[in-house]
Amino acid sequence: MSAAPERLVEDPSTRPPLVLGNTDFHDVTEKVAGIVESKAPKLWVLLLMMALSLALVLAGSILDLVGKGIGEWGLNHPVGWAWDITGFVFWIGIGHAGTLISAILFLFRQKWRTSINRAAEAMTIFAVVSALLYPTIHVGRLWFLYWFFPVPNQMGVWPNFRSPLLWDFVAVSTYGTVSALFWFTGLVPDLATLRDRATSKVKQVVYGVLALGWRGSQRHWQNYEKAYLLLAGLSTPLVLSVHTIVSFDFAVSVIPGWHTTIFPPYFVAGAIFSGFAMVQTLMILARKAFGLQNLLTERHMENMNKVMLGTGSLVGYAYGMEFFIAWYSGNPYEAFAFINRAFGPYAWAYWTMISCNVLFPQLFWFKKVRTSVAASFVLSIIVNIGMWFERFVIIVTSLHRDFLPSSWAYFTPTIVDVSTFVGTFGLFFTLFLLFLRYLPMIAMAEIKQVMPQASAHPAGHHAAHAAGEHGQGGSHAIA
Amino acid sequence: MQSPEQAPAADQPFALVGTFDTPAALVHACEALRDQGYEKFDAHTPFPVHGLDRAMGMKASKVAWITLGAGLMGGLGGFALQMWTQGVDYPQNISGKPFFAFQAYVPVTFEATILCAALGTFLGMWALNRLPELFHPVHQAKHFPKVSDDKFLVSIEASDQKFERRKTAELLAGLGAKDVEEVAP
Repeated sequence: MSAAPERLVEDPSTRPPLVLGNTDFHDVTEKVAGIVESKAPKLWVLLLMMALSLALVLAGSILDLVGKGIGEWGLNHPVGWAWDITGFVFWIGIGHAGTLISAILFLFRQKWRTSINRAAEAMTIFAVVSALLYPTIHVGRLWFLYWFFPVPNQMGVWPNFRSPLLWDFVAVSTYGTVSALFWFTGLVPDLATLRDRATSKVKQVVYGVLALGWRGSQRHWQNYEKAYLLLAGLSTPLVLSVHTIVSFDFAVSVIPGWHTTIFPPYFVAGAIFSGFAMVQTLMILARKAFGLQNLLTERHMENMNKVMLGTGSLVGYAYGMEFFIAWYSGNPYEAFAFINRAFGPYAWAYWTMISCNVLFPQLFWFKKVRTSVAASFVLSIIVNIGMWFERFVIIVTSLHRDFLPSSWAYFTPTIVDVSTFVGTFGLFFTLFLLFLRYLPMIAMAEIKQVMPQASAHPAGHHAAHAAGEHGQGGSHAIA
Repeated sequence: MQSPEQAPAADQPFALVGTFDTPAALVHACEALRDQGYEKFDAHTPFPVHGLDRAMGMKASKVAWITLGAGLMGGLGGFALQMWTQGVDYPQNISGKPFFAFQAYVPVTFEATILCAALGTFLGMWALNRLPELFHPVHQAKHFPKVSDDKFLVSIEASDQKFERRKTAELLAGLGAKDVEEVAP
């Protein structure tokens, strides 16, 4: 490790450290808890005001929609789904990166995830909140929302469990619940840290109750670690199932352009792609704003860029394969849907999608780009834009020219479409900014665990134990 | 917490608490306590220290059984709910889809399995740990607030069979513990 003064090393046997600058346990606590305990930075207050204003725009848009009906959106006859479902899939996809980082990378023992997993999980939950808003409001008559649930109502009718839309509702609400449980479980030891450092009675009581009386007992840690592993194991198939089921909303229908078997893996890859882009955007901002360069290193950014390069290329492959199958299937409707997608009235949206999702991410092949903060930031935003367009292209271009040319139409969003979508960013950022201020944004207990000092068996001492079933301690802790 | 046959004195403490600075010293001390036959002792650490469960002679966690049970219940319950509501209680002909279309029930069955397994894991883990417990005698220890930062505590409960007020305190200090103190119940 001493041979690696720079933050990025080529040789995989000497990986750069995850925590830089001679940090000890107490420094980690000071750094992370300090963010919560210090006075709110002016920039944070300003950003919160902006986010809250946008959230109010969302509230106004929803009131308008509920008051007047979904005719307030620009939907027309063949295009019965547009920005609402686009926004839903966009947000739910963003959420998936959080679970990927917190659960899948945990199972793969990718220790670099510890710095970013807390914030990424928070992002998941807030993205799911934003996503769930859409199916909620697009039913139009909010007071009948309980029809989604299998509760016996006055008519004795049950929800139709053979409908992909109900599967979707069940999947997304399960996902939201499990993500929240996983997140809270991870938070408890860090909430205890905030409780023990609390300077006011209010903080002590609030953090104290939330920390459940945690006392760092080894007899608790043992059950806790097992439960954390199990929750990670449950979240992993869950996250894959959620976007698979989201893709069923389309794939189970008979609309050309939707009715394809490639959708589940293609949607999952796209979700991870967009989610990593969002994590990257948020982390670069938070790192800068709170001075966390020692905990969120260039190595974290480079790893995330590599994931984006991989998933972005998968998505590009899926775009190509859709065209191939449209031709190879010999189905004229399928062929028309795809030619219309690339060269019809929505060609501008299609080529925006291709350039943002397939062309620009290829820049990540260059190490200079991957490790540059500015380039990563710009590209992450480009990917976010591209992935919104992907959902828009899939949904609207497949619908707007249906089987009868007499019912063809062009979809144009109304102001309410736009304000609802922009407003969800307000909601998302309000929640995220509150999280940054009031909860530890980096998992302190987990970071301490991957530091070299955490080894109970330093330098050959008790070597027999280190090789035992918990052999990941010791000198491997930072590999 | 105290076993009746011991009938402790009125001023009997709840436990003896000693502080360590490094995980290695803590693991070493716990191994020694285990080897001396102590059972009702605990380590308090800022993060899970690997190898400590064996150093303390602990058995494997039972959480996974709760997960399995809750997951099976969720899966079976979810599948039964769909079969019964769609096929028995109020069958509706929608696009001519069969009533007992088990293929169509796979997604919700899967989600119900995961949901119940996760809820079971979460609630089961806290129940096994007997948390929330907002007050515990060890919370009173002088260095307890540093446990969630960078200190490592060992507590030996007075109800342990091997516990002898003076001897145990000396043992703990001999193992390198600093600030050995008694905490009231």
